[in-house]
Amino acid sequence: MQETTIDKSFKTEPYQINMGPQHPATHGVLRLVLTIDGEIIKKVEPDLGYIHRSIEKMCERDSYQQIVHLTDRMDYLSSHINNEAVCLTVENALELEIPERVKYVRTIIGELTRIASHCLWWGVMGMDVGALTTYFYGFRDREMINDIFEETCGARLTMNYNVPGGLMFDIHPNFVKRTKDFIAHFKTKLPEYDRLLTENVIFQKRTKGVGILSKEDAISFGATGPVGRASGFSCDVRKHHPYSALDKVTFNEALKTEGDTFARYQVRIQEMWESLSIVEQLIDNIPEGDFRVATKAVIKLPKGEFYQKVETARGELGVYIISTGTKNPYRLKFRSPGFSNLSLLNHISVGGKIGDLVATMATLDLVIPDIDR
Amino acid sequence: MNISLSITKNIHDWLLSIMPESAANIVEMVLIGLLYLAIFAILGLFLVLLERRIAAWFQLRIGPNRVGFHGLLQTMADALKLLSKELTGTTKADKFLYNLAPYFVIVSSLMALAVIPFTKEFHAFDINIGIFFLIAISSVGVIGILLGGWASNNKFALIGAMRSGVQTISYELSVALSLLTMIIITGSLQLSEIIEVQKSGWLIVQGHIPAIIAFMVFMISGTAESNRAPFDMVEAESELGAGFHTEYSGMKFAYFFLAEFINMFIIAAIAATVFFGGWLSPFGITESIPWLGVFWFLGKTFILVFLMMWFRWTFPRLRVDQLLTLEWKYLLPINLVNIIIMALIVWLNLTIQF
Amino acid sequence: MTNEELQDLIGSWFPNPETDKFSEIVEASETEGSSEEALEPSKPINPSLLEFTQEGSQFLNINVNPKQLHALMNQLKSNEQTNFDYLFCLSGVDWGEALGVVYHLESTTHRHTIVVKANTKDREKPTLDSVYNIWATAEFHEREVFDFFGIKFNNHPNLKRLFLTDDWEGYPLRKDYVDEINMVIK
Repeated sequence: MQETTIDKSFKTEPYQINMGPQHPATHGVLRLVLTIDGEIIKKVEPDLGYIHRSIEKMCERDSYQQIVHLTDRMDYLSSHINNEAVCLTVENALELEIPERVKYVRTIIGELTRIASHCLWWGVMGMDVGALTTYFYGFRDREMINDIFEETCGARLTMNYNVPGGLMFDIHPNFVKRTKDFIAHFKTKLPEYDRLLTENVIFQKRTKGVGILSKEDAISFGATGPVGRASGFSCDVRKHHPYSALDKVTFNEALKTEGDTFARYQVRIQEMWESLSIVEQLIDNIPEGDFRVATKAVIKLPKGEFYQKVETARGELGVYIISTGTKNPYRLKFRSPGFSNLSLLNHISVGGKIGDLVATMATLDLVIPDIDR
Repeated sequence: MNISLSITKNIHDWLLSIMPESAANIVEMVLIGLLYLAIFAILGLFLVLLERRIAAWFQLRIGPNRVGFHGLLQTMADALKLLSKELTGTTKADKFLYNLAPYFVIVSSLMALAVIPFTKEFHAFDINIGIFFLIAISSVGVIGILLGGWASNNKFALIGAMRSGVQTISYELSVALSLLTMIIITGSLQLSEIIEVQKSGWLIVQGHIPAIIAFMVFMISGTAESNRAPFDMVEAESELGAGFHTEYSGMKFAYFFLAEFINMFIIAAIAATVFFGGWLSPFGITESIPWLGVFWFLGKTFILVFLMMWFRWTFPRLRVDQLLTLEWKYLLPINLVNIIIMALIVWLNLTIQF
Repeated sequence: MTNEELQDLIGSWFPNPETDKFSEIVEASETEGSSEEALEPSKPINPSLLEFTQEGSQFLNINVNPKQLHALMNQLKSNEQTNFDYLFCLSGVDWGEALGVVYHLESTTHRHTIVVKANTKDREKPTLDSVYNIWATAEFHEREVFDFFGIKFNNHPNLKRLFLTDDWEGYPLRKDYVDEINMVIK
């Protein structure tokens, strides 16, 4: 007789759930296919491409001046730094001598962009862990920076202030004064951030020891920006490969060794202080001079390969141009920080709860157009 | 029915004059029911507006201020909009349970409202097991949430509902035990008697240290019981979208929404009744004008409601395991010890009485 | 390390068997005195299988045969002197007749940079070895390259379309990709 065994044990099985593409915590159109056992994450699989525009292919068709405008639409929160990356690549390839004034202004606006981006991140970080009020506090301060940008270059988000060879126009006469006002204002507001969120017991409980990324893994996954630095990976491009006026300032690279969500949070708060200090060092010393050097109407890069890295608010952005000597690049690759940072999400969130995943994702600070280039 | 305001007495006499006594009683009950439904709706809408204005105040915003005087009609307009919205649902949902769920939630909070003593006269149902009734009824609402989450046929809703179940079952203990601590002083479960006892000092003063501990535990677990931040695991909009009411729309969603606010009011009202003397005025300054009690009661309640809103707009949300840790490892042991201390204090006559 | 030192060191890992054969043959010819044809090289024989160049690039470039790719990468990462532990950019390139992948490597200890290029002439079934077990970041970057260039990576754990749908035809970033509706060609 054949014996049939019936398994009477109480069996559970993991199930799959779609986080996104329309989900409050994915900040855009990122879709995560989660495999969950109850509340515990077993696997996170990102599904990308919902807003992929193939900017790299479009670049192969466009002139170098046009490419600058496309980069706004990648990491829209660091648009100025993205523009700068392409401009620096082109300028280095052409071996252009860029006026000091341009370098200073680029660095100042770049650091203000970083503060603005981190302000927004801070607000959203709070919202992701359930403290909705932070969002408005972050936006209040970001708004001041956006106003400064609007006055100088006419745009608040997608700035297009850089052109190969310099800046599109000179800074507004009010720029220096308003930037100084902002610094004075923000220095009183940053401690408020700490009081509202950093020092909150619930927040610390939610973030400490969550989503730990070791230094080896951070390097192996190419985690850059605050994510890498929170794990002890000294990866600040501004320090190791200074560009524009960054070699004229002194600042500390915000480094932590814990590698958890709270460390990533602290690194970003620390970075806002450092950016403030960089702006402070430069704002009084903007040299007089041209805001642009003349380039040819049609820029042709010499034959060869050019690579330039810059530090955006999210990490290391690399621009890799292969030129055949024509007015278009033969191939242009953007090494976007968000893409590499996303690749480690599965690694650090497995074993945590859904709430941990949301907190972890918030500190990776993903901007989806940066991933879906 | 303990209604002796002159208006209600007049209505009572008038009804008795035109119909037999049993019919008059039934009509009276229906009228009271309608009155409480109206209170429910107005209170709910007002609390939503209050929350929005307070949130705006915390968040450097202005908040609703266009519809009506200072935006007073804003939530009314919202309710009208919700009424006119299509009631959508998932195709494979369990239709019966799906539609039943909002009523569970709303009926349980309405029943709880019935025993709240607004003043000495304005008290629909002064049952002798008032506190016990409140504790029992307030946990019925979770059935509605569980049903709604289960019947929606949506995984996010189900996770939210399960979290709600876990949370309510856990925090129910602390709510009951912290109230029990105060019952040791009053020796009665009847709400009107509890208030009478407080004529010689509010219970939070009478019971001093253990009463303050009990009050804090009650506010924490009460916030958790009404599923509000920082314990809003059930909704957790950044994790679960909208939690258990993801698939609800229109008025059915509004029921859940209103019930949440009424629950918050109920928790605050219990706290005001048990710890802060309900409709009693401080030091009996308006004892000669009994109808002012309703203002004292509402004033105390809204201060506590404000406290809960304050929590909500400043604290981040807990994680689900931390939520359970807080209850089972901290609040429950504290509570048990607290009861013993309170019992000792009452036994040794160490209570403070004026 | 300077680029020259890197070139000498890395080149020595993959000695060119041609040079060995040459010396063997020279030794053999000394003893036997036969097979003298085709021994005179028209250009100096590269002592390594790897081709080094710095022309038109700010970094030292290595062209590697796909067969040696994985071994080279492994060595670049694990060797104490090179220690290229940070793969900061992995790009697919359509070179025209060949498809290739460009690896930008940096060492976080020595702070030197190198570029490795591997090309395959097979446009129908281009295949390269995956380096995901050397640098974890390669998993996603290789999926991107597979998505846009159709280069298959051996031993890749999860090689499927990343951005595009599974039923997408063709590989958009190749130069011969045609899409008359969505592409604006000037």
